[in-house]
Amino acid sequence: MSLFNVFSISGSGMSAQSVRLNTTASNIANADSVSSSVDQTYRARHPVFAAQMQKAAAGQNESVGVQVLGVVESNKPLNVEYAPDHPMADGEGYIYKPNVNVIEEMTNMISASRSYQTNVQIAESAKSMLTKTLALGQR
Amino acid sequence: MAISFEKAFGIYPQSIQVSAERAEIIAGNIANADTPGYKAKGLDFKAALAQAASKQQTGMTRTNEKHFDVRMELNNGVGFRVPDQADTGDGNNVDVQVERNLYLENSMKYQASLQFLNGSIKGLRKAITGGQ
Repeated sequence: MSLFNVFSISGSGMSAQSVRLNTTASNIANADSVSSSVDQTYRARHPVFAAQMQKAAAGQNESVGVQVLGVVESNKPLNVEYAPDHPMADGEGYIYKPNVNVIEEMTNMISASRSYQTNVQIAESAKSMLTKTLALGQR
Repeated sequence: MAISFEKAFGIYPQSIQVSAERAEIIAGNIANADTPGYKAKGLDFKAALAQAASKQQTGMTRTNEKHFDVRMELNNGVGFRVPDQADTGDGNNVDVQVERNLYLENSMKYQASLQFLNGSIKGLRKAITGGQ
């Protein structure tokens, strides 16, 4: 019964969006994490989404869920600031701030949360369709 | 005179089946709303219903996962949607609002088919029990 597949598809969407929400939370939490060298500085992380093609290749069905291939760190240059008074400053008086763009992360958060809600609504209405089907022929 | 379920139920069982497939495809589009490069798919209801009604599906059953999938479907009605607007940059053309409304519409059609099917079942029940 293909309506049951709706649950696994929207479930995959929900889990992918929650990974996105997780990375966003981590990015915002670390937006001000200062360090004294380039290597130790936090970098913005973003998930990479991909359609679950291996299931489609098996020829079972046309619809595909979504999967998170991995989380990549941003290559944007870090924010280097001259602050000789800062306790974390290196020998030359510089501190290194993460390359997190808080505004970008906030919009990402709203988008992820809306997408999550849409997937929940899809599962909810598939549930009511199935419930009605189960009640078929009853008095 | 025998009661023929085929005749009593009409096209509605197939219609319900095609609606369920359509729900699955739209759910896939919505789940992949943020996937780069994903192209939205749609189901041609008429073609899919005609195929479901004619039951023209020949093929071999896969009993091992190493088997090839040999199926001969004339036209299962699945195709890619024509996007309303140009590429937004990442190759994804899912319009969540459109998909959301299509899902709602499909859900209502599914329930309408169910309602008709339920009517047929009630009619049969009445005929069998004599309205008691």
